[in-house]
Amino acid sequence: MKKSKQAYAELVKKLSPKSDMAKGVWRAFAVGGLICVIGQVINDVFSYGLKWGTQSAATATSICLVFLSALLTGLGVYDRIGKYAGAGSIVPITGFANATVAPAMEFRREGLVMGIGAKIFTLSGPVLVYGIGSSILVGLIAALVEVIG
Amino acid sequence: MSKRLGAQTVALPSRPGILAWASTAGQKEKEGPYGEKFDSIIPDELNGQQSFEGAERAMLEETIVRCAQKANKALGDIQMLLCGDLLNQIISAGFAARNLGIPFYGLYGACSTMAESLSIGGMIADGGFADAMVCATCSHFCTAERQYRAPLELGNQRTPTAQWTVTGAGAVMLAGGEQARHAGAVLTHATCGRVIDLGISDANNMGAAMAPAGCDTLANHFRDTNRGFDDYDLVVTGDLGHLGRDLLIELLKERKITVREDKLFDCGCHIFDARQDAHSGGSGCGCAASMLCAHLLPEVASGRLGRILFMATGALLSPTTTMQGESIPGVAHAVVIEHEGGKRR
Repeated sequence: MKKSKQAYAELVKKLSPKSDMAKGVWRAFAVGGLICVIGQVINDVFSYGLKWGTQSAATATSICLVFLSALLTGLGVYDRIGKYAGAGSIVPITGFANATVAPAMEFRREGLVMGIGAKIFTLSGPVLVYGIGSSILVGLIAALVEVIG
Repeated sequence: MSKRLGAQTVALPSRPGILAWASTAGQKEKEGPYGEKFDSIIPDELNGQQSFEGAERAMLEETIVRCAQKANKALGDIQMLLCGDLLNQIISAGFAARNLGIPFYGLYGACSTMAESLSIGGMIADGGFADAMVCATCSHFCTAERQYRAPLELGNQRTPTAQWTVTGAGAVMLAGGEQARHAGAVLTHATCGRVIDLGISDANNMGAAMAPAGCDTLANHFRDTNRGFDDYDLVVTGDLGHLGRDLLIELLKERKITVREDKLFDCGCHIFDARQDAHSGGSGCGCAASMLCAHLLPEVASGRLGRILFMATGALLSPTTTMQGESIPGVAHAVVIEHEGGKRR
């Protein structure tokens, strides 16, 4: 008897263990929220403590978070946070830093040029390509609207 | 052609002997339920080498050397090395063979490699083409992760169906003719598997991708030999994992085969325990190979198991086919291993 692919897909779905959605969402909310709170504290220190302007404080906050994430990735801690938190630690800017540093560490042994140089953006590259690409597109549309309007 | 039984199985009437075996594993495997049984444990992921790939091939090489020592053979006395692994261009096998100097056939059957090498080795011995050969394979968690999945330090979650690639190696010394006389375990049959694909394309669900191939080979082996679960003390699968094992049971039942679940032993389900967070279980060439050499062969050689079917399943995917959205073809090869209780001359 030959089993159809569709019938097999249904059997696999039936027998596959499911992710615990409630637990996953709660952990993502808690850790993601915590990262945002840390970011807010850093931002407040720069803007109220050091009296930097809003834009400079925001930039400095991003730099601090990226640095912390890169450091924790290098120390082998961030992957454990990610395993616990899932999207909670992937979505914030710290997740982007982790996705850049992790391949850089991984491909160090393939050399500085074709290893780190070529592989550092394997994971974060698509975000850069489509992030920058879409901002150019939006910018062009905005410019067009301004010219026409 | 009298050695052929049915469509896919061959009998090995000269009963090639398994003279010796050796296993190596990593730290996580050491902490598992069978941790005490491995011959050797590598100290850490790098195993004293510069890279994870170097660590894997050093582990393989050491395992083959240990197997030769246990069989009281010099490397120069081994006529063939039948060996493969998971890495692109089977570099672990090829590079280990470079240092060992044993005439080498490189095999690729993904995680089915241990059963594949034993099948081919058994036929070579039965044909009288070699009296002493080593069948071996290995895998390493870190090399498999970086080839198939994501960098180690990436903070992502593994799905519930994902399996954990075993860091481990196994090597078996096969002997034919006169040399097989003192073997405690022998090969009697080999079943060559067909490549089966039931459309699973999730690279994090190897068990589901391989289970149909396992079912096909097992069903055809039973048909060719006119045997069933009752004829074996254990039907061993390589690394289907918990989900794959459940699927195999369902698929066999659909083919009207009576399944004895107490006799269905999946190495991937046993190499780690629930505490070790391996999700659906262990996987990789080294899973079946290290469990065969650490646990199963000693059991057969001592007579605690009289006859087992050792079937290892492999997923024949590559990172390229995964990215191109292709589904995952699976294959399963099987060999029958019997206890030889001093009945020979």
